[in-house]
Amino acid sequence: MSFEYKVTGGDFTHAGYASSQVKKMLKQLGVDSTIIKRVVVCLYEAEVNIVAHAYDGVINIVLDADNIFMKLTDNGPGIADIEMAMQKGYSTASPEVREMGFGAGMGLPNISANADRFIITSEPGRGTSLEITINLSGTVA
Amino acid sequence: MKVTDIVEKLGLKVWSGHEGLGKEITGGYASDLLSDVMGHAGAGNAWITIQTHRNVMAIASLRDLSAVIISCGEKPGDDTMAQSNEEGIPVLGSDLSTFGLSGRLYTLIG
Repeated sequence: MSFEYKVTGGDFTHAGYASSQVKKMLKQLGVDSTIIKRVVVCLYEAEVNIVAHAYDGVINIVLDADNIFMKLTDNGPGIADIEMAMQKGYSTASPEVREMGFGAGMGLPNISANADRFIITSEPGRGTSLEITINLSGTVA
Repeated sequence: MKVTDIVEKLGLKVWSGHEGLGKEITGGYASDLLSDVMGHAGAGNAWITIQTHRNVMAIASLRDLSAVIISCGEKPGDDTMAQSNEEGIPVLGSDLSTFGLSGRLYTLIG
């Protein structure tokens, strides 16, 4: 199964929509709740990053019996120093975004802690791409 | 302990999401950083925060929280309450500070 969701930069009203849809789907499939939690944490953080930092982006989800693969590609400013961005507490979010309780520099570390495989690539001035894989450990009913 | 029990014992206002008042509360979490709650709150927790915007409900729903308690007398946004009603997750309120609420809630369920 594969699904695609579009994300619009700055649209906090709909932030989390894709995460919510994917959560519902995994629940229906009978995936273990601790694994759903990890998927949701990763996807929500990645989705909000597009809303907070990029102009727009696309989320591609590929689900099979063993894994969920989530690829998020955005058009945006990109990340100049990925190593720095991966550090807890580092953020380039705007003051407005921070006032909402986002932009605490916890998103990427949260993804890293919950993913089985996490690859981040970025081209400054063009955009960022995240590839997140989580093993479903044969829990799909 | 159910949401309705803490409403009664802490004298909380029920802003919205009445349908979820029977939810069981497993513990509490106090934070205004959304990623912190996303990463560390437990399913069934009551979340104490001064954040009032709609994304609070996205977090509460995605992490299966039982209730959101808004501290310091802040009022949730209309779209926050609408989503709370839609999700059946109560948004509660109190004039107490986050510290005051956390202390009282901990005494009840900690």
